[in-house]
Amino acid sequence: MTSLALYALRRADDALILGHRLSEWCGHGPMLEEDMALANIGLDLIGQARSLYQYAAELRADGSDEDSLAYLRDAPAYRNLLLAELPNGDFARTIIRQFFYSAFADPYWRAMTRSADPTLAAIAAKSEKETAYHLRHTAEWVIRLGDGTAESAKRAREAVDDLWPYTGEMFEADAAERGLVESGIAVNPDTLRPIFDRKVAEILAEATLAVPKAGWMQSGGRTGRHSEHLGHLLSEMQFLQRSYPGATW
Amino acid sequence: MPTPNTPLWEVFIRSRNGMAHKHVGSLHAADSGLALQAARDVYTRRGEGLSVWVVPSSAIVASDPADKAMMFEPAESKIYRHPTFYEVPDEVGHM
Repeated sequence: MTSLALYALRRADDALILGHRLSEWCGHGPMLEEDMALANIGLDLIGQARSLYQYAAELRADGSDEDSLAYLRDAPAYRNLLLAELPNGDFARTIIRQFFYSAFADPYWRAMTRSADPTLAAIAAKSEKETAYHLRHTAEWVIRLGDGTAESAKRAREAVDDLWPYTGEMFEADAAERGLVESGIAVNPDTLRPIFDRKVAEILAEATLAVPKAGWMQSGGRTGRHSEHLGHLLSEMQFLQRSYPGATW
Repeated sequence: MPTPNTPLWEVFIRSRNGMAHKHVGSLHAADSGLALQAARDVYTRRGEGLSVWVVPSSAIVASDPADKAMMFEPAESKIYRHPTFYEVPDEVGHM
């Protein structure tokens, strides 16, 4: 697999796995309005995943397509961020997870609209508007949960502290990705770090939540070393294609 | 699922080609910011609108259904208020 195909696949996996996690809320949201809001965000992400998988499949030129990439790879072949596969937990945890991801994805896609790769730039042009809303929506909830009741503040605080060690992985770039940065195709994640930090500090301050101190960060998703949670997610997501290969309707 | 913390809001949307905001439904939200986002998420998923208003339902003053006869029946017998007694000259074209 070329470094560009792997780059697209990693971002596709982020979007699919996180989108699938959000789809698990469908019918279980704390209120109808938020149930739909989470499903909308999930659908945006799955749409982004489709575009990225199609591009990755085209670059691989090995007969794979978006469906085979999504449904016929086992956990070690997935290259998503560990943050994306973590269980939903309660509403606060889902919102904090989405807020962290969106605070990264918003400046990421905005910068990617200037990618030297026209396909990635086109995907970015669509994604950046979706992601801008995801960030706004989740930030509003972070503020209300953190600065809400004693119970909501406690749950938000625990989620921030538990999920923070998973945020470092978003800013990783291996040698191959550094090469893509050199050629203007990929965004240098170092340039996104201050934007992310500023946004997180701003929103958490308004939410009266402390920003966790920089510390040891989880890693491994980009090379296929996943938590136990991904296998369970895939067993549900891939069930139909595994049990009825090639099923259509 | 209404809760005491999430009052009711009425939602108005101006469609792509519409001039006026039209009432499309209602929703529950804790405050105006979340109400506007919920309106976007619930009522504009299929490209219905370019502009959204949300108004607290409690701010709406409504006529009493019991007053229906007094309020509206007198207008039903005034057919001369409809502009249907005019010959429209051909030069006017489509109206």
